[in-house]
Amino acid sequence: MVRFLSGFGSYWMLLGKVFSRPEKTHIYYKQTVKEVISLGIRSIGIVTIISFFMGAVITLQTAYNTENPIYPTYLIGLGCRDSILLEFSSTIVALILAGKVGSNIASEIGTMRVTEQIDALELMGVNSASYLILPKIVATLIFNPLLTLISIIVGIVGGWIAGTASGVITSQDFIYGIQYAFIPYYVTYAIIKTLFFAFIITSISAYQGYYVEGGSLEVGRASTKAVVYSSVTLLLFNVILTQLLLS
Amino acid sequence: MIRAENISKRFGDREVLKNVSAVFEPGQTNLIIGKSGSGKTVFMKCLVGLLDIDEGDIWYGDILFSKLDFRGKKEIRKNMGMLFQGSALYDSMTVEENVMFPLDMFTNMTYGEKLDRVNFCLDRVNIVNSNRLFPSELSGGMKKRVAIARAIVLKPRYLFCDEPNSGLDPKTSIVIDELIKEITKELNMTTVVNTHDMNSVMENGEKVIFIEEGEKCWEGSKYEILKSDCRILNEFVFANALAKQLKDSTR
Repeated sequence: MVRFLSGFGSYWMLLGKVFSRPEKTHIYYKQTVKEVISLGIRSIGIVTIISFFMGAVITLQTAYNTENPIYPTYLIGLGCRDSILLEFSSTIVALILAGKVGSNIASEIGTMRVTEQIDALELMGVNSASYLILPKIVATLIFNPLLTLISIIVGIVGGWIAGTASGVITSQDFIYGIQYAFIPYYVTYAIIKTLFFAFIITSISAYQGYYVEGGSLEVGRASTKAVVYSSVTLLLFNVILTQLLLS
Repeated sequence: MIRAENISKRFGDREVLKNVSAVFEPGQTNLIIGKSGSGKTVFMKCLVGLLDIDEGDIWYGDILFSKLDFRGKKEIRKNMGMLFQGSALYDSMTVEENVMFPLDMFTNMTYGEKLDRVNFCLDRVNIVNSNRLFPSELSGGMKKRVAIARAIVLKPRYLFCDEPNSGLDPKTSIVIDELIKEITKELNMTTVVNTHDMNSVMENGEKVIFIEEGEKCWEGSKYEILKSDCRILNEFVFANALAKQLKDSTR
């Protein structure tokens, strides 16, 4: 308990350092652009692949589990759309990004810590926490909502292709289903969740990397902890945000 | 000038530094020597403020550095350069970007002016045609020289070198030692070097401080080492048979 409270305290203290006034704004801007490429654009591939197959499987499972003459087939499209919008494209993609981006951040910052690169920054008088972490947080806050939108679109396209190719639904029914009783707020809800998740993944992973002590073994452990802690926190916030935003 | 007065540092119950005092004069290379684990690196990290001290004072000129807050220390740190044991070059940056980094952060120079300064510093440490290389493409000696170039790019008043010869062959070690000595004179810096390499001591040791188990045991010049009667120092300096013979021949 003491360890948890002490870790919680140092996490908030680190965030205090991260959000202090940047030394040179244009350098932070350049760093943010680099991080958008590294953490955002380079994640498009995995998000696209996972979303496509996720959409396909949701469609097929919905179809096979609702095989009943009472239900109109366009409900398969509706189910696919709402599942992707409400949960999969925000939460599942965030969990996958916690694995990819979270471990990347923790190992990058952790390696910088054990090879004294962070000490070198501090010695120059640079606020290392702000210089290393703030651009990553800003980059993921900017880019992760875009990843979510990409995931929603690709997921629905994946569902449409799988549904029509397997013959469980016609193209017209699927398109009717994804337009039926559409609530635009669900997109806003997905984006709000994504913003919280982006902050959770980046800040927790950066914290794990920043306070690494030891060598490569500890960097590996920090990387694992970053994925586990950010995933658990993300799931907890998923429940809280769902209750707050949809009730 | 840097003045450390009665510095003590503990990690939990373990006292790593015990009342260490020292004065480091400008324009000379000051060496801190001692066995591995004797507290040299901790002492240096305390001097530069990377570790907080438990007791004592650290003065840079007439400024009490150890009592300054982050902003105050930041101002003094702009006058510091440090060569870390593993060079600590930024992996994601090229040689040129590494050396230019302090200029980007702390000056308003144009790109052309920065590039001129970077090339001058790289030239000074004999690194040529390597601006676009990444640290992973450099040898150990080249990494150290690039790290020296980065450390002096802002023309610091204080230079700290933690084990500058670790992992280097004897010939490259001498090159690095000579470079540190020359740059110290050129820029009239206060240079503090941590080492356990006796070649460095004999090359650069204008002032030598010997630390054993966190305590300062001896202080003098490289010439005085040969005549010292300090048993612990002699055991450290003349650890091998050849060195013992050298010592005996000077008596």
